[in-house]
Amino acid sequence: MTGSVETTTENQAVAGFSPLVLLKQVFLRAGVLPFFLIIALLIFSIASPQFLTVQNLTNVARQSVYLVLVSLGQMLVLITGGFDLSVGTAIVLTSVVSASTMVATAAMFPDAVWLVIALGLTAGFLSALVIGLVNGVGVSFFGVSPFIMTLGVQSVGAGIALFITGGVPIGNLPFEFGDFFGFGRVFGVPVPVLVALVAILVMWIVMNRLRFGAKVYAVGGNIKAAHLSGIHTARTLFLAYIVCSLLASLAGVLLTARVESGETNLGGTIGLESIAACVIAGVSLRGGIGRVENVVLGAFFIVLVQNGMNVMQIGSYMQMVLLGSLLILAVIIDQLRYRMLLVRR
Amino acid sequence: MQSAQKPLVEMTQICRVFPGVIALDKVNFELLPGEVHVLFGENGAGKSTLISILSGVFPQTSGSLRLDGEEIAFASVADAKSKGVSAVFQEFSLVPTLSVAKNIFLGAEPMIGPFIDRRRMEREAKDLFRTLGFDIDVRAAVGSLSRAEQQMTEIAKAVHSNARVLILDEPTASLTERETETLFRIVKDAQARGVGIIYISHRIQEFSVIADRVTVLRDGKLIGTVKVADTTPEKLVEMMTGRAIGQIYPTIERAADPQPLLSIRDLHAAGVEGVNIEIRAGEVLGVAGLVGSGKSRSFRAAFGLAPIHSGEVRLDDQDVTGAPTRTFLARGVFYLPPDRKNEGLILNATARNNINLGLLFRPEIITATGVSVRRQNALSTAIGREVDLTDAYMERPIANLSGGNQQKALFGKGFGRDYRIYIFDEPTVGVDVGTRAALYRLIKNLAEAGKAVVVISSDLPEAMNLAHRLIVFSSGRITAELSGDAVTEANVLSAFFRTEGEAA
Repeated sequence: MTGSVETTTENQAVAGFSPLVLLKQVFLRAGVLPFFLIIALLIFSIASPQFLTVQNLTNVARQSVYLVLVSLGQMLVLITGGFDLSVGTAIVLTSVVSASTMVATAAMFPDAVWLVIALGLTAGFLSALVIGLVNGVGVSFFGVSPFIMTLGVQSVGAGIALFITGGVPIGNLPFEFGDFFGFGRVFGVPVPVLVALVAILVMWIVMNRLRFGAKVYAVGGNIKAAHLSGIHTARTLFLAYIVCSLLASLAGVLLTARVESGETNLGGTIGLESIAACVIAGVSLRGGIGRVENVVLGAFFIVLVQNGMNVMQIGSYMQMVLLGSLLILAVIIDQLRYRMLLVRR
Repeated sequence: MQSAQKPLVEMTQICRVFPGVIALDKVNFELLPGEVHVLFGENGAGKSTLISILSGVFPQTSGSLRLDGEEIAFASVADAKSKGVSAVFQEFSLVPTLSVAKNIFLGAEPMIGPFIDRRRMEREAKDLFRTLGFDIDVRAAVGSLSRAEQQMTEIAKAVHSNARVLILDEPTASLTERETETLFRIVKDAQARGVGIIYISHRIQEFSVIADRVTVLRDGKLIGTVKVADTTPEKLVEMMTGRAIGQIYPTIERAADPQPLLSIRDLHAAGVEGVNIEIRAGEVLGVAGLVGSGKSRSFRAAFGLAPIHSGEVRLDDQDVTGAPTRTFLARGVFYLPPDRKNEGLILNATARNNINLGLLFRPEIITATGVSVRRQNALSTAIGREVDLTDAYMERPIANLSGGNQQKALFGKGFGRDYRIYIFDEPTVGVDVGTRAALYRLIKNLAEAGKAVVVISSDLPEAMNLAHRLIVFSSGRITAELSGDAVTEANVLSAFFRTEGEAA
C-alpha cells in the first residue's frame, strides 16, 4: 500500500516534470544542505569577485579541516542520540598539554626534536582520552544526560587548561612541529588536509562497513532493540564519546601547530559549529540517522559561510548572529521535511 | 506420542520475586520439540515473567531451568539466543532507522574479514522472506513499514537465528486475519522442523488452529496444562479467571438519534481517499479494516491529529474542519489512542495522575487558592472505581501496571469531562479477556446513556459484535456499510477483498 502511494507521486513527477516537483524530490531526499550551499555560493559570488576563485576555495578547504574533524566526532555522538558540548575543551586541553609537554621535554632532550614532538602528541591525546573517558563513563555507565555530562566536563576541562597556563599562551614550540603539522606538505597536499582526508575515509569505513558503525546506528535508533540484539550498548556509547574526543584532539594538535603555541582560546565556538554542521547535514538529533559524506559537506558549508562573510567584510559579532540563526533555520526546515516525509507515507 | 519425547525445555518449581510481589510461585513448564505450547492467562498472571526467565532477560529467584535435559542459566538475552532460545517480544526489538536486512542481521552481520558483507546480508534477507512467503523490501527502513510488516520482520529475525525454542508474545495482536494466516504457516513450518514454540495470545479462537497444549497461569501460579483437543474455550476462560464468564460481548440497546452528531464528508487526507461517515448518539459504530486501510487515519484527521487535504467535518451541524484537537475535546469529543504507551499515558506518572490529566479542564477543581488536590483526587477516585481499577493501583506508576490496568486508566481519562462522542481506537489491544469484558461493559453503558460511540478495531469479532452499524475500510475508502443481520464475517471479509482485487 505504501508502495502504491509512492509510485503515484513519482509518476506525477515524471509526467509533469515541473521543476518545482523536482526540487521537492531533491529536498525530500537530500535535505536542506544542497539548497543552502547553492544560495550561499550565489550570494557570496555576487557580493564579491574574490570569493569564487580557486585560491579562495582552496583556502576554505584548508580552513575547514579542523571543523570537519570535530564534526565527524560530533556526528558519531549525535547518531547515538547524545551530543558532546566538550569538544572545544578537548581541543584546548590537547593544545595546552601537548605544548607544555613539548616545552618541558625539549629542555631534557634538546637534540631529539621528533621524540619531543612524539611525547607532546602522546600527552595531548592522553588528555583528550581522559575527557572522552569521563564523558563516556558518565553517560553510558551512570546514565547522566549527555547535555549535563559534557557541559560539566567542558567547564572542568577549560578550568584545568587555564590553571595550567594561567591564561598565557605557551610559545617556543619546536620549529619542526609547526613546520610539519601546520604548514607542511606531503606530495604537494597540505598535511592538515591529508590528515582530514584519512580521517574522513576511516570514519566512512567505520560507519558503513564495520560492525562498530552498525552498532552505533542501532543504539541511536532504538537502544532497547540494540540491547535485545545482543549489542553491548554501554560499551558502544562509551567508545563513541572516546572517539569523538580523540577526533577533536586531532583537530587540537593541528590547530596548535598552525598557531605555533598552546592556547586556551582555540576551542571557542567549535562545539556549536560542529553541531550546526551535523544538523545542517541531516544528522538527526533523535539519533540513528546521519551520513559521513553529508557531515563533511556540512562542515565545509559552515566554513564557506564564515569565509564568505569575511570576504563581504561582515564583522565577527554579526557573524555570530547569522551563524546561530542559520542553525535554527536548518532545524526548522528539517522539521518541515520530516513532516512532508510523513504525509507522503 | 508426546510423552515419549525428551522435553526441549523443562522449568521446574520456578519462583521469581520482585520487591513486594511474587510474580511466579513454583511454576512448572515443559516444552517438547515440534510442539506449539500456548501460555494463557490474564495480564499480570506471570506469562511475561516466565518467558523473560526463559529468554535470559533476568534469572529466576529459585527453581531449575533445563535445556535438552541440561541445567542451564542464561547470562543475557544474547546468551540465550546463542543457545537457541529466541524471543519475539510485544515491544518490537527493531531499530526503526535501519533497513530490514540490517535489523535481521543486527549483532550477527555476515563479515568478510573486519568488514560487513552487505551484499550477502541483503541477499540472505531476501531469501529468508521468500521462504517465509512474505513480500517485503529488505532495503526499506523499518520505521517506514506498517506494524504488520514490522511484526513479520521481527519474526523473520527470530527464525533466522535458527532458534530451537521460539517464543512469540502476542504475535497476532497487530495482525489482520490474512497476515495471521501467513504467521500460522510460518509457525507450522518451524514446528515441522522440530522447533518448540511458546505462544502467548489472548485470542482463544486461535488455539484450536495452532496449538497442541495450553498452560494456564493465574496470579503467578500454575493452574494447569491441558491438551487443546481435550478442552473448550469456556473451560480455558474459567481456568484463567477462576470464574465463568458467560458472555464476553454484551448486548447493547440501540437508541440511535436520527440526527448525526458528527459527520465527516468526502474527507481526503494521507491514506484517506474520500470518506463519508455519520456518527449518531445512542449508537455504536464499528469500524473494521486491514491495518493501513485508513480506518484509524480518517478519524485521526477529522479529530485534528493529521492534516486534512479536503473535505468537511461537521459537529452539531457546524463546520469544524481542521479545528485543533483541543477544540474537539472542549466540545465533547473523546479519542482513545491505539498506542497507549506512546500516545495515551504518561508512563512515569501514577495511574491517578494520568486520570487527573483528563480532569484538568473541570471547573470545579479550581478554588480561590488554585487547583484543589482534594477535589481532584475525589473525582479521580470515583473515576477509578467506575472503570474497575483497583484502588491500590491508583498510586502506582502506570508503567508498573499490567496492560489491562493501563487500558482501564486510559479509559478513565474519557470520564474526565462531559463527553458526548467517544472514539475508541483499538480499545482492547493487548488486553486479557477479563479486562476486555469490563471495558465492553463500559462501552455498553456509554452507548445506552445516549453517547455516540465509535469502535475502531482490527479484531474483527470485536468490531462485529459491538457494532450496531459497521463500516469497512479498504485502501482509504469505505467499501461496505452493514447493519443488523448483514453484519457477518463473510460480508466483512468480502469487503476487505473486493477493493484489494480492484487495486491490484
